[in-house]
Amino acid sequence: MLRIACPWCGEREEMEFSYGGQAHIAYPKDPHALSDEEWAQFVFMRDNPKGLFLERWAHSQGCRRWFNVARHTVTHEISAVYKPGELPPGGAK
Amino acid sequence: MQRFSLLSLLQNSLSGHTGWKPFWRDAAPKQKYDAIIIGGGGHGLATAYYLAKNHGMTNIAVLEKGWIGGGNTGRNTTIIRSNYLWNESGALYEHSLKLWEGLNEDLNINLMFSQRGVINLAHNLADVREGVRRVEANRLNGIDGEWLTPEQVKEFCPIIDISKTARYPVMGATLQRRGGTARHDTVAWGYARAADSLGVDIIQNCEVTGILREDGRVTGVRTTRGTIMADKVGMVAAGHTSVLAAMADIRLPLQSHPLQALVSEPVKPIHPCVIMSNAVHVYVSQSDKGELVIGAGIDSFNSYSQRGSFHIIEHQMAALIELFPIFSRMRMLRTWGGIVDVCPDASPIVSKTPVKNLFINCGWGTGGFKATPGSGWVFAHTIATGEPHPLNAAFSLGRFTSGALIDEHGAAAVAH
Repeated sequence: MLRIACPWCGEREEMEFSYGGQAHIAYPKDPHALSDEEWAQFVFMRDNPKGLFLERWAHSQGCRRWFNVARHTVTHEISAVYKPGELPPGGAK
Repeated sequence: MQRFSLLSLLQNSLSGHTGWKPFWRDAAPKQKYDAIIIGGGGHGLATAYYLAKNHGMTNIAVLEKGWIGGGNTGRNTTIIRSNYLWNESGALYEHSLKLWEGLNEDLNINLMFSQRGVINLAHNLADVREGVRRVEANRLNGIDGEWLTPEQVKEFCPIIDISKTARYPVMGATLQRRGGTARHDTVAWGYARAADSLGVDIIQNCEVTGILREDGRVTGVRTTRGTIMADKVGMVAAGHTSVLAAMADIRLPLQSHPLQALVSEPVKPIHPCVIMSNAVHVYVSQSDKGELVIGAGIDSFNSYSQRGSFHIIEHQMAALIELFPIFSRMRMLRTWGGIVDVCPDASPIVSKTPVKNLFINCGWGTGGFKATPGSGWVFAHTIATGEPHPLNAAFSLGRFTSGALIDEHGAAAVAH
């Protein structure tokens, strides 16, 4: 089980959290202008790296707030936790 | 191929079983093939076998980064069924089940295929409605299916607890009598042996590190055993498909998750069928060795670690004991994990890609084993002809753009 440090509540067990998939997928600025292909990219297509992954978690059994985690998908090591709206450590994603 | 028969068994027993030959040659990669299959799991080997058998393509290679039978083919819970809801899935999985029914003879090997019946339990009204609907849909598609009352479930599987006082009482179940299990390793070995005998090169310890392209067309692969050219390439790498596709700049709707299974200590035959429960979330059968084979859900997060979290196991043990109080003192022997490629609509992708002559077969998620023969059959057709077989036309990558998804979350029987 992962131990995840919620930016507001501190370190808790994974069971208190819900997974939200890939982070930093912004809602389209002008949805009406999107082609079907662009919608498919926004709704369905996701990065799925073997290595560092920027992902969202929600502290659903705690403060119920969303935040971002940088985690390695093989070792499960969490290298950073940061709040929504912040950039991942090391700058641009 | 050294064929198995009563005579060959007798002859080899007289010589102390020292006369058996390896199932397949230890092939070294050639410089060029007509087609390369990346991934030596069941699906990849079946693809190679049907490419050779149905389409006469024998100058082909299967590249496996590890060893044959070492991935998800040897890690799953071996459940076979075809009771999927939608016409497209029903046709594909039923084609596969029909192939299973003749596969021992076709591959000349004992797959220990056992049509012991698969039960999907309903524990609430939504489950009941979904189950009854699925049985009716199956029967309209010519797939066997029955709706059972709790008492009929008990009759079919006497050790199950159907008491009304259970936390989530059994309210009924679907039964597919033609469903069952098979020996998973032998499926990989059987396809490898049969493909090898038709001239297919099976190359182990050969990891693909790059996909070579020229003018939007695939020309070969870079591997840990050198560059190999090919006119056509098929990617069948289950949980690692996204990693491969990224080498060809293709983005997929897949997410890779660990799926765990475990086995108990072996006991005398006690559990006569396959029981699956989506709501309390466990599935269990008993192997011919006597072990209970138990599986359930995926870890929620993306991972390539081939191991899952303990609380997932804990949850499925709780569900097991809820359904089968008789198992409460059984000891579990081993747990392990495999990496499954989960698709948003719980249906596979067997498709052409934006790169010419590069094909993908992925997204089988938590339930690919049952589809091994059918998946290989239609993927071989897709690679050989360049166009999908009628059975996999709907399972294209383009469905995520057109919106024609095939939502099988109910029939997938694993929550994700």
